[in-house]
Amino acid sequence: MSALATAVVSETETLFTAPGINYYAIAPILIIFGAAVVSVLVEAFVPRRARRPVQLVIVIGSVLAALAVVIDLRGTRLITGEGALAIDGPTLIMQGTLLIIALLAAFLMAERSIDPLGDAFAPRASALPGSEDEQEFTKRGYLQTEIWPFFLLALTGMLAFPAANDLLMMFVALEVMSLPLYLLAGMARRRRLLSQEAALKYFVLGAFSSAFFLYGVAMLYGFSGSVSLVAIADTLTAKPSEATLVAVGMAMLLVGLLFKVAAVPFHQWTPDVYQGAPTPITGFMAATVKIAAFGALLRVLYVGLGGMRWDWEPILWIIAALTMLVGSIIAITQTDIKRMLAYSSIAQAGFILIGVLAVSPAGLASALFYLIAYAFTTIGAFAVISMVRDASGEATHLSKWAGLSKKSPLVAAIFSLFMLALAGIPLTSGFVGKFGVFTAAIASGATWLVIIGVVASVIAAFFYVRVIVIMYFSDPTPDTASVVVPSAFTTIALAAAATVTIVLGIFPQPVIELVNQAGVFIR
Amino acid sequence: MTTFPWLTTLMVVPLVGSIVVALLPKARTLLAKQIALVVSVATLVLTVLMALQFVGDSVEPFQFVESHPWIPAFGISYSVGVDGIGLVLVALAATLVPIVVLAGWNDVDDSRGSVKGYFALILVLETLMIGVFAATDVFLFYVFFEVMLVPVYFMIGRYGGAQRSYAAVKFLLYSLVGGLFMLASLIGLYVVSAQMTGTGTFDFLTLAGLNIDEGVQKMLFLGFFFAFAVKAPLWPFHTWLPDAAAESKAGTSVLLLGVLDKVGTFGMIRYCLPIFPAASNFYAPVVIGMALIGIFYGAFVALSQNDMKRLFAYSSMSHFGFITLGIFVFTSVGQSGSVVYMVAHGLSTAALFLTAGFLMSRYHGSSQISDYAGVNKTAPVLAGFFMIAALSSLALPGMVSFIGEFLVLLGAFERYMWVGALATLGIVITAAYVLRLYQRTMTGPLKPELEGMPDLRGREITALVPIAVLTIVLGLFPAPLLNVINPAVDRVMTSIGATDPAPTVTGAALEQPGLPAEGTEQ
Repeated sequence: MSALATAVVSETETLFTAPGINYYAIAPILIIFGAAVVSVLVEAFVPRRARRPVQLVIVIGSVLAALAVVIDLRGTRLITGEGALAIDGPTLIMQGTLLIIALLAAFLMAERSIDPLGDAFAPRASALPGSEDEQEFTKRGYLQTEIWPFFLLALTGMLAFPAANDLLMMFVALEVMSLPLYLLAGMARRRRLLSQEAALKYFVLGAFSSAFFLYGVAMLYGFSGSVSLVAIADTLTAKPSEATLVAVGMAMLLVGLLFKVAAVPFHQWTPDVYQGAPTPITGFMAATVKIAAFGALLRVLYVGLGGMRWDWEPILWIIAALTMLVGSIIAITQTDIKRMLAYSSIAQAGFILIGVLAVSPAGLASALFYLIAYAFTTIGAFAVISMVRDASGEATHLSKWAGLSKKSPLVAAIFSLFMLALAGIPLTSGFVGKFGVFTAAIASGATWLVIIGVVASVIAAFFYVRVIVIMYFSDPTPDTASVVVPSAFTTIALAAAATVTIVLGIFPQPVIELVNQAGVFIR
Repeated sequence: MTTFPWLTTLMVVPLVGSIVVALLPKARTLLAKQIALVVSVATLVLTVLMALQFVGDSVEPFQFVESHPWIPAFGISYSVGVDGIGLVLVALAATLVPIVVLAGWNDVDDSRGSVKGYFALILVLETLMIGVFAATDVFLFYVFFEVMLVPVYFMIGRYGGAQRSYAAVKFLLYSLVGGLFMLASLIGLYVVSAQMTGTGTFDFLTLAGLNIDEGVQKMLFLGFFFAFAVKAPLWPFHTWLPDAAAESKAGTSVLLLGVLDKVGTFGMIRYCLPIFPAASNFYAPVVIGMALIGIFYGAFVALSQNDMKRLFAYSSMSHFGFITLGIFVFTSVGQSGSVVYMVAHGLSTAALFLTAGFLMSRYHGSSQISDYAGVNKTAPVLAGFFMIAALSSLALPGMVSFIGEFLVLLGAFERYMWVGALATLGIVITAAYVLRLYQRTMTGPLKPELEGMPDLRGREITALVPIAVLTIVLGLFPAPLLNVINPAVDRVMTSIGATDPAPTVTGAALEQPGLPAEGTEQ
């Protein structure tokens, strides 16, 4: 009887042990999440006129605070939340980059001087496109401030995604990140039907891929009895004979993650969504989702499924090659600059996969560097796109960029810089990034993949250069768009992106040291 | 004075000049040109001052050496220094830039790109050209090699002729393809060096000292050689050159063919041979074959051209064949000849393009040979300079190009008699197309439309005189050139383990076929 009692007591004790959470280590996520909650309340209780400034203060303040904590956390290596979150070098680097990019994206979203009607977002997303309601809202100058809570929630998910050390946490982060983005994609002020179509497409396909991810998690749970990456890795070493279940689970998990990084053949959503979404959101999404998703992918592959390396390596090898080639080749045929950059982002994902496939600390470091370089260049490029306009809004058709250098030499020069960086011309950040992943891959023996990468780079150079040709070597036509002078918000974001692109190209050493010191994933 | 950073200064001066020119107000075109001229002349003066301190028979492989870590994480440093080969090519670049600035004074107007932009690009290009010849870190070399494309791309694409955009993109893509394969090899080289020495490096001397496995060498050689063969360009990678040359301004063409294409042949002798000696030996027959085909292909196509600029481009291709041949016969005479030939070709190309450019500017910019006849009646000075340029191009004895061509053929005979004999025939065709060009444009009855065509003016003569003087002076007295080049070439020969064939074997044979062939062409 007493033995039974002790058993019950001890069981209750184990059941009710408070989970050990290092709150400071996860403070960046908590700060942004807290700010998101406050931001929702602001929407409910603050008068309409005051909402925008209040929201901006909350967003900028919380991002800066989170960034300060990330910087203060440098060198931290710990797993917290009962194994759910890993705060280590790669996590902190990705969180830091995500926060800085988010800040720049917030600046782009806050821009009000470019569009004479207001900002880049529909005054009421619920109003039917072209309806009288919509015209009324536009006339009254309504601004949609709900974008800010969505933005902060998405950022919360992004910060947690690369830190997630178990698959359930990862799934939650994935959804927290994705759902607000689906909504934001549908909120463009101009070309609303296109935007809504983009949102719907993104949502349906995204939900589909999430389901794959979740099914994969279930399979892996069935195999190892745990959702923890470390436990899965341990089970793999303990009973490698049951690898079929793992292989199926792994494949489904990868589908979900490769969808988010926009790797071929899971890339179909990218051009439509990039084109339809409001440009500041496209820039935000293109830069940050890539970072967060690659962070999660790297952690899953390196920590959880390291034992299955011989199974996933050949698959990813083919996917990387396809991603680079398909992205580059289809980009050539694009006539819309946002679609072109969408395919470019697909090709870039292939290059980052080369770093992932090196499966070495150098590979991890080079992928991190590449992500940082890519993120800044991309957000800068979309900042420029948001400024090039004609009467109907943004002039995204390439023919409208003809002779832009005559109208606005500085903007044309900056955009050329971003194009050259994406093409990987030396003295830009893109070159150092490419150099890093190629070096890591050759050192690991993936020479042929690098050669494919080189071929893809050449193909990709063609369409990046074509934009420069159009801007510089064509004469302006009556249709040529003009560059709207933006407020300080966009100017700051653009200047920061251009500066980082050049500095990382000429003096990359400090950042290379940073990613090298980040070391490997904790497990 | 020995610690003065000469080469960095040479790069910084034009760069600063370029920034100043670029920041000028758009309307101040004259000031932009004046600044560009002053800066480029100042760079030339600095180059001459540096060259005077160069020690011909130094034991050090490189002089005016500077080295600072740049990206230590990848073993990359900012290291510059020149040997004799680098020095003469730096000097060539520094000489041609002020000439091009002066000659191109009125070449561009505001209709397409801005005037100041053109001159700013020339100055940036000068920085990069000096850098590419001075780099002793292979990565740094690659950076200059690639970045150089950007200003040239804009120079062709913004300021060129009707098909400029097509030509610029073709040029850029060809070069990028070559460059990216070189990048792959470069990374491979780095990884190999990391495996062999423990720490990866891009330092040229360290890499040249490595004894890389022959199979690996053969792979890595291809990446480098491909890039250089596109750049030079060798047959069959040449198709971008005629378009680029035909659509460019004369000044752009001079820098493109006269200096930039030398980066290709320079790369072969500086990087391919010392770093991949075994592979160079292995591939030499193929390369020599390509060079021979290039000599004849270029010459025959040049023979059939009615467009002067295209003619010069194909003629250059033929000359690049000679240069490559001289490098890959692995004799010190042949390699010295190649380097002299690089300088000579730079000068003769400059003379040809600039004179032709002056001619074209007098008749609606037409580059068609059939549009001109009897120009020497109305513009004798122009015709005279055209004659000098033409003779320099066909390597008349007394011109510096003769020294280069003769040494290359001599070197070829020493190693493979039949190759030398075959290559010599190329000279005959060269003479044919050059003299035919002169005959058709300059002599004969004057075309009525050309009546009253003005002769060369002071500025134009000032631009051409230095080239003519250098061509003849170095042709009669090549010792300063050879004294500088020979030690560097000997070092290349040592690094590839090649020795000159014993003179007794071929000594008698080479005098006879070589000289009469030279003689017959005049």
